[in-house]
Amino acid sequence: MQELTITSGRMNPGIDPVLHAWGWEIPVYLFLGGLAAGLLFFSAYFYLKGKENTFVTAVKTAPMFVPVILGIGLGALFLDLSHKLYFWRLYTTIRLESPMSWGAWTLMFIFPLSVLWSATFLKDVFPSWECKIPFVARFIEWLKKKRTWMAYGLILFSAVLGMYTGILLSAFNARPFWNTSILGPLFLISGFSTGAAFILLMSKDEEERKMFSRIDMVLIVIELFLIVHLFMGFLASTQVHVEAAQLFLGGPYTAVFWTFVAGLGLVVPLLAEFMEFRGVHIPVKIPALLVLLGGLILRFIVVDAGQSSRWLYKFMQ
Amino acid sequence: MARYAMAIDTKRCVGCSDCVAACQTENNVPIGFCRDWIVEEMHGQYPTLDLEIRSERCNHCADSPCVRSCPTGASHYADGGIVLVTPEECIGCKACIVSCPYDARYVHPEGYVDKCTFCIHRVKEGKDPACVSVCPTHAFIFGDLEDTNSEISKVLRTRKNKTLIPEAGTEPHIFYLI
Amino acid sequence: MKNKVKRREFIKILGAGTAGAAAGVSFVNAFPASKTDSAKLLQTNSENEITPTYCEVCFWKCAGWVHKKDGKAWKITGNETDLNSQGRFCPRGTGGIGMYTDPDRLKTPLIRVEKNGKQVFRKASWDEALDLVAERMKTIGEKWGPECVALFTHGSGGTYFKNLLRGYGSNNIAAPSYAQCRGPRAEAYLLTFGEGVGSPERTDIKNAKCLVLIGSHIGENMHNGQVQEFTEMVANGGTVITVDPRYSTAASKSKYWLPIKPATDLALLLAWINVIIEEELYDKKYVEQYTYGFEALKRAVKQNTPEWAYPLTTIKPHVIRQTAREMAKAAPSVIIHPGRHVTWYGDDTQRVRAGAILNALLGSWGRRGGFYAPAKAHVKKYPHPKYPKPKKNWKDAFPDQFPLANLALSSGICDATIPTPDKECSFKGWIVYGTNLPQTLPQPEKTLEAIQNLELLVAIDTMPAEITGWADVVLPECTYLERYDDLRISQGRQPSIALRMPAFEPKNDTKPAYWIAQKLAAKLGLEKYFPAKTIEEYLDYRLKSIGSSLEEMKKLGVKNLAPEQDLYFLDGEEYEFATPTGKIELYSTTLADSGFDPIPKFTRHEEPPDGFYRLLYGRAPMHTFGRTTNNPILNDLMDENQVWINPKVAKEWDIRNGEYLVLENQDGKKSNKVKAKVTERIRHDCVFMVHGFGHSRKQMRRNYLRGADDQKLISKVKLDPIMGGTGMRVNFVTFRKEAV
Repeated sequence: MQELTITSGRMNPGIDPVLHAWGWEIPVYLFLGGLAAGLLFFSAYFYLKGKENTFVTAVKTAPMFVPVILGIGLGALFLDLSHKLYFWRLYTTIRLESPMSWGAWTLMFIFPLSVLWSATFLKDVFPSWECKIPFVARFIEWLKKKRTWMAYGLILFSAVLGMYTGILLSAFNARPFWNTSILGPLFLISGFSTGAAFILLMSKDEEERKMFSRIDMVLIVIELFLIVHLFMGFLASTQVHVEAAQLFLGGPYTAVFWTFVAGLGLVVPLLAEFMEFRGVHIPVKIPALLVLLGGLILRFIVVDAGQSSRWLYKFMQ
Repeated sequence: MARYAMAIDTKRCVGCSDCVAACQTENNVPIGFCRDWIVEEMHGQYPTLDLEIRSERCNHCADSPCVRSCPTGASHYADGGIVLVTPEECIGCKACIVSCPYDARYVHPEGYVDKCTFCIHRVKEGKDPACVSVCPTHAFIFGDLEDTNSEISKVLRTRKNKTLIPEAGTEPHIFYLI
Repeated sequence: MKNKVKRREFIKILGAGTAGAAAGVSFVNAFPASKTDSAKLLQTNSENEITPTYCEVCFWKCAGWVHKKDGKAWKITGNETDLNSQGRFCPRGTGGIGMYTDPDRLKTPLIRVEKNGKQVFRKASWDEALDLVAERMKTIGEKWGPECVALFTHGSGGTYFKNLLRGYGSNNIAAPSYAQCRGPRAEAYLLTFGEGVGSPERTDIKNAKCLVLIGSHIGENMHNGQVQEFTEMVANGGTVITVDPRYSTAASKSKYWLPIKPATDLALLLAWINVIIEEELYDKKYVEQYTYGFEALKRAVKQNTPEWAYPLTTIKPHVIRQTAREMAKAAPSVIIHPGRHVTWYGDDTQRVRAGAILNALLGSWGRRGGFYAPAKAHVKKYPHPKYPKPKKNWKDAFPDQFPLANLALSSGICDATIPTPDKECSFKGWIVYGTNLPQTLPQPEKTLEAIQNLELLVAIDTMPAEITGWADVVLPECTYLERYDDLRISQGRQPSIALRMPAFEPKNDTKPAYWIAQKLAAKLGLEKYFPAKTIEEYLDYRLKSIGSSLEEMKKLGVKNLAPEQDLYFLDGEEYEFATPTGKIELYSTTLADSGFDPIPKFTRHEEPPDGFYRLLYGRAPMHTFGRTTNNPILNDLMDENQVWINPKVAKEWDIRNGEYLVLENQDGKKSNKVKAKVTERIRHDCVFMVHGFGHSRKQMRRNYLRGADDQKLISKVKLDPIMGGTGMRVNFVTFRKEAV
């Protein structure tokens, strides 16, 4: 029999009884970051594959949304800061060991790059648009010639961004549920999957939809595999990790995770896409929306569950 | 170079919380927040019981995840291995808070992240941290581990001691004499 | 006597138009005469300015320094030269700064008035408030005699009101610390050794090899110097034997924990005495030389064997023998701790005496590691005229009762305020200084009934405690950090004195007790009893008598004087004890003469009926009863109490740890809701809670309705026939989950 009590102190808001350092801002930021990474990756990848006129939505239209998506994501991140006036401190140093620093710098590069990348497609997406400023117009023309280089850069940075959204969390040993190397690939794949779903949602082209439906199916299968792997890893690890996994295997997150993330966010869209693939007609928007929603909920749950898993004084919950 | 650490005698500690109150007044910790706290851990079944009382705080780890996770360098190692936060460099991203397995940090109402400083302002003047200096049961020993003749070095050689969750791998520097 | 006064209502909030009275109140200086003097000190802008004080958060009165930073309150630390604290304060002393900063403090004098048929408080000036008090005191004095005014007091400022009341002609001065706390101990030791234990206790714990604690939870009661010596002793490998139904902090540091069945402690003590005598473990030479009545004792405890005690106490005979031998092994460096709060079961004087007898048998009185001879500084009193002789005192209301009570009983005065057919009501006016009677006296209903019979109730306090809600006039005192007080002259191994001086100007319209008493005396025409114009003059006079001065003490804070006597008896030293026989009375001739058992005898106490559990209460190290529960710093450390329940009991009642419950006692009295602490650390036949919570006044925003008030559940008491102590651990409670 063990009795643990905190007799005085430890009433710090946001820390006890349950850690609540991060609210809605971080999962939104992670979701949007992953989504942007996916969109940029597909755009750059299919551009390099010479599919810019086959997969128009993926290569040209989707990147138009990326600066907005990233902007909202960064806005959420900024809102989360509790010492906001000092945010510029992020850019006075590079700290390789800090995923937060990494992310800040990655965004520092990928955000302007995404702006420039989408600028080169502006004329394709909005044929009637005419740049009024000669200098900018000339610059865009010049950029168009550098698309290949930009695409390579985007592939690199989008992979980094996608991974980073998971690594940000998995770097924290202090939160047993986050402390797994699977979280990086899981968030990367999930980000790409939401990217594919976003393209699916927008694309009007049958060929393109088929392609992204197939991509999405593959990504979902990998994701499911990673999730199984994640839990098996936890269950084979130390007591705190077993306890962390149990949050989802009978614990408070069980219902919401398996219903919304695994069920409605992965299995149902997978089946829908599979049936569509087999010729059963299902409006493609449904699985796409489910994947997007599943991706968002996944991040909310992971951020929340991680904060609920701790080494000491679990009784306070 | 010094390496500061604290040894806390669980045999002496009665859990009176003077360390918590003294920290509050010394460092003007806002009401409703704390940098240190008291834990009672009881094992056994009536009437065979065993109680351990601990005064806990930031462990000033040698391999501090909070320092590693800080994107700006606000969390850093000061002289003597004391882990500190520079409020003017802290952006309040709270990465350090979630990175601490001891949950020793919190967001100060003014926005920056705050925690135990080992009363570095006192240590620089050659004084003990406030919690150490007030403890009515003399349960604390604060000192330099590099100095093999310091009281803390001696007591850690002679008394059985432990750290909290060493398996978290952070090399904590608060030792509990048991 | 007919009650003509309109029934007193408990005023929960200020009257309309007086809320926020603090705003705009002019700043009045505490000691106008000394303005220049203290102003210099108070207005400097030095970074870290310190002024001496001694703590008022509990009765231990540790001396320390108040630190200011940039002119603002910062912290309080111990004075290194202080013997009570050894320079280290306890959490309450450290948190004492919160007494000063608490925004809920009383701010102005208040007078009870009727407004639209409702009784409310009106903000008043000091002159108005004191005029009213003086006028009513004069009326009472003329109509019924000055003896009909009583004073209840606890704390340093009480001295001046005692002086005032004696000058006025009454010596009905009571402190709940007697009949509700340590009275039985004082009398038991007086009966046995001819001297009391005093405060701080004369126990030589740091040199003891064995310490026996009976229901005394050192470490949870944060009697500073004593706790320090206790941990020192434990660290040095001393043997602690703790007798407590609860696995207290002290029990966790003990070699032996004896989880005794509550209310049977006397059986254990008698069994120990039996073993010590039967196994001839007592100090023969000491007993021979210093004690009286050994043979009678031996005969009396003959049948009190460990086997006899086992079914009563549930402590196994071999454990009783083993622990008795441990004591004997350590003798004379052994202390059967006399305890402090000892009013438990009504036979408390006898129980404490059994411990005293045990100490005598082991020869620890006057021995190193036992009880030392305390020293006290001799400081001249400021001369004042003789007090008038009162014609009667509180005892007249209780003919032939409590013959050996040496101090007035708070509970007795309370009882004597309620008129009954057989006794005439004696009291018409109460001056209540720093004692929150509804939470301090048992049977709060009775207290409130007594209050209804008063012509005048004056409450002097720093906080809007419950008692102030019943007062006619509330006088807001400034805290100890804002005033001078009389010197601290406490007993110890060495005579010493300590000074308290103001670190801050009094906040709002609050005043120091000295000023209030002096001003009131003037209004009553009793100024001759306060001949010193200012308290500085008074202090300086006293200090000069020991070769110091106020100036010097402002710098030192504490002065330790040369010891005048040995701490311990010399080997074989002749000693005359202040008892009738001049010896340590194992057999008490005084008790025999008064018709009580001269040697303690075990009596059975009522046991809880099925489904009920004995209510035990005690202390937490971060609080001094209800006085500190609203202090922002200390409230932060502990903001509510919990009721400790054994897991088996909890299971029976389906009570989860952390769940809120209501307790109901044998008389149907219900508590406020209180959190359950389900723990192996307590027996199955009792529950425990920390005293001082469950306040009922909204003005105290932090402690209002936080936790439960044990006093509310103490609707029954068992009176100690010897000295009138109110045994309070005779109440039984059950759980009411549905009432939460």
